Amino acid sequence: MGRRLYAYPYHLWTFLFTVVPLALIVYFAFTARDTAAFTLDNLRQAAQPVYLGVLWHSVWLAGVSTFLCLLIGYPMAMILAKSRVRYRRMLTMLIVVPMWMNFLLRTYAWMTLLEKNGAVNAFLGFLGLPALHILYTDYAVLLGMVYNFLPFMILPIYSVLMKMDKSLLEAAEDLGADAWTSFRRVTFPLSLPGVYAGTIMVFMPAVTTFVISRLLGGGQYMLAGNVIEQQFLAIGNWNFGSALSVLMMILIFLSMIGLSRYDKDSDGGLFL
Amino acid sequence: MQGEEIIRLEGLTKWYESGHTVLDHINLTVRRNEFLTLLGPSGCGKTTTLRLIAGFEQPSEGRILFDGQDISHTPPHQRRINTVFQKHALFPHMNVFENVAFGLTVKKLPKDEIEDRVRKMLALVNLEDYENRSVDSLSGGQQQRVAIVRALVNEPEVLLLDEPLSALDLKLRRDMQVELKRIQQRVGSTFIYVTHDQEEALTMSNTVVVMNAGRIQQVGRPEDIYNEPRNPFVADFIGESNILPGRMLRDGLVHFADYDFPCVDKGIGQDVPVDVVVRPEDVAIVGADDGMIRGTVESVTFMGVHYEMRITGEDGFLWLVQSTAMTPAGAPVGMNIGPNEIHVMTKEEV
Amino acid sequence: MMRFLRRSYAMLILGFLYLPILILIVFSFNASKSRATWEGFTLRWYGELIESEAILDALSNTLSVAVLSSLIATVIGTLAAYAIYREMGSWERKLSMNLTYIPLLNPDIVTGISLMLLFIFAGMKLGFGSLLLSHVIFNVPYVILTVLPKLRQFDQHLYEAALDLGASPAYAFRHIVLPEILPGIVTGALFAFTLSVDDFVISFFTTGSGVNNLSILIYSMARRGIHPTINALSTLLFLTVLVLLIAVNLRMEKKVKREARR
Repeated sequence: MGRRLYAYPYHLWTFLFTVVPLALIVYFAFTARDTAAFTLDNLRQAAQPVYLGVLWHSVWLAGVSTFLCLLIGYPMAMILAKSRVRYRRMLTMLIVVPMWMNFLLRTYAWMTLLEKNGAVNAFLGFLGLPALHILYTDYAVLLGMVYNFLPFMILPIYSVLMKMDKSLLEAAEDLGADAWTSFRRVTFPLSLPGVYAGTIMVFMPAVTTFVISRLLGGGQYMLAGNVIEQQFLAIGNWNFGSALSVLMMILIFLSMIGLSRYDKDSDGGLFL
Repeated sequence: MQGEEIIRLEGLTKWYESGHTVLDHINLTVRRNEFLTLLGPSGCGKTTTLRLIAGFEQPSEGRILFDGQDISHTPPHQRRINTVFQKHALFPHMNVFENVAFGLTVKKLPKDEIEDRVRKMLALVNLEDYENRSVDSLSGGQQQRVAIVRALVNEPEVLLLDEPLSALDLKLRRDMQVELKRIQQRVGSTFIYVTHDQEEALTMSNTVVVMNAGRIQQVGRPEDIYNEPRNPFVADFIGESNILPGRMLRDGLVHFADYDFPCVDKGIGQDVPVDVVVRPEDVAIVGADDGMIRGTVESVTFMGVHYEMRITGEDGFLWLVQSTAMTPAGAPVGMNIGPNEIHVMTKEEV
Repeated sequence: MMRFLRRSYAMLILGFLYLPILILIVFSFNASKSRATWEGFTLRWYGELIESEAILDALSNTLSVAVLSSLIATVIGTLAAYAIYREMGSWERKLSMNLTYIPLLNPDIVTGISLMLLFIFAGMKLGFGSLLLSHVIFNVPYVILTVLPKLRQFDQHLYEAALDLGASPAYAFRHIVLPEILPGIVTGALFAFTLSVDDFVISFFTTGSGVNNLSILIYSMARRGIHPTINALSTLLFLTVLVLLIAVNLRMEKKVKREARR
């Protein structure tokens, strides 16, 4: 009856293009650069204070930017969910449009804004305020992350809030809860799946980025992503680069497992 | 009425990988032009039987013979059998005409013949003016009619109907029952109908097959099934009944409810444990001291044509009794049961 | 009062999102190379843009990779979704779904270098071919994830009804299943197209010297410093996206209205 016509080809596909590439990374991570013999040296090298420092710095920056996105994005998601249907469509649309524009151009825009003779400083000078010199610092990188990933936080929270049963809030009010209490005890706990999804969608690209850090942090600025890129494309030490990638993957999968434990709605709900 | 054999199921068995057996050695003969109903509670295997006949699933054991030929492993599109699905399964992206024409289009019949046959069929169910309507815009009853003629237009030798009326409300269901019966008589093909609704089964069919737990419990005319249930399951499932444990004392005399009742059953033996079935409408209410047995009315419900009463007998059995006369709750009553109204069944060996 | 606060907050966020883009657009018409002072209107940067062979080349690479990869990925992804939905047993399906998810969950940089290693290991020359293949590879899961829910929503009885009415399995797939899941396939294809146009990281690692797409070109230009032609390019890309989105939205609105009228 022609069953299993496509199953085997797809298994072959995932094997060749998902399993083998990952296996190659693992292989390089555990072999020596010159002799191709099994070794843990690459991982040991990655555990050096320099690299641990970079890794920690990446996680810290990604964590802070995720928190900022949540802080700024949650109220916006609520405003979206509460707005009238007519405006809601337009507002969502307005939030989505910048996401469609090339990611590098969006980052580049901040380069031009923040540079010494950029628009921000021109504006500050116009107001008689002192100039801001944050380009090529942590602050600029943080700003770039928040700017780029904010919609990823707003949209999942918004979609959960939209689906929420409005009568629950009425019930809370009916039972005597004031606005703050009903938010703290009803709205927020119920929106957690959206918060988790948003957190993953912001944290993951933030912790692995090498573009934002290169453009807004400058040529010497190092996050984990920059180190990996450097090892592969500039230094040519695939083994060490692979070891760092393996560590990165482990980090991401651990944080995802940690988050999905709280997320009962995780069946494919990650992408809206 | 009873034509020659058209379908025969031989030892038909179906189990799933999980080890669950849904059909257990079913043997059944379906005759040409009959309206046969598979009746039973959900999970009894009736729908599986239908799906095996349609070809959507393959039997684990046994065979399906169609006109004497084994079709057990013939794919569904090569069987001269069509199905009316439970939720209609009308193609949502096609209009009424395209839906009904689908089977003929697949067979690549000439265009005018298709139009001709589709129109005739739509006329049969009074839907001539609905050709270009989208199926979503039809009412439940209209969708049902389209689903039926979509199958019938192919002139199948056997039409399978899988609880086709279950999505309709009560009034519409009654109308459609009559209409289905009319259609069957008009087109004169064999209908195999699946339902869990015993009233539907009794009113429409020539033959009723009662199923439970993957096995056939009884096959017969609706009257026989109702009046002569072969075991307590059938008695309980078909209509409401009082089923009591008893002993057959000798031919024509059965003991239950602390009384020796004359009956018409013979040949069961002497002093044999039996089950006794008495239909609620067959119990006559008389004065408290005039009956064969005594009881107290527990509750009375008005049902429109009759009253339904729960009466506790002196032995503690809770009787269900229907009567056109009303007796208030709490009143002591007597009950009489005539010999013809008592149906004795031998105990099933479990 | 609450309403005023809400409105101001929404305006603030939208301002944050749009201001950088607006400034890029404004300064793309600035006669001076400076980003701080306005020295008159010019179309000079657009002229330079159109004459730049590197940019036109990158644009054509971006578009051809996007069109080809989304088409190929749509075909592969749809068939794969069908296989996952119909042909696989339950543990097999679970395994297959997990493998499908990996490229989605993996950081782009890891996907990028892992594919680069694969191509080098397989002796494939990095260039247009490897770029196209890697885009197909990362697009397939997205197509699967948009088609699969449509298949799950699809009423199995419709397929059975078609078989029952005499249609062969192939006929039933083409005439009954396909029209029903088409919206999912189209969404998947569009999704794949935009992801491909937007991708930088994976392209960066899997392309060879001389083959650039727009993202890679912008990255290398931006690293060298700020130049007004990028402003002009941003403006054009932004307008294209805007026009496309408005067109899609209008079409959807029309469709909604048409359905409401029925």
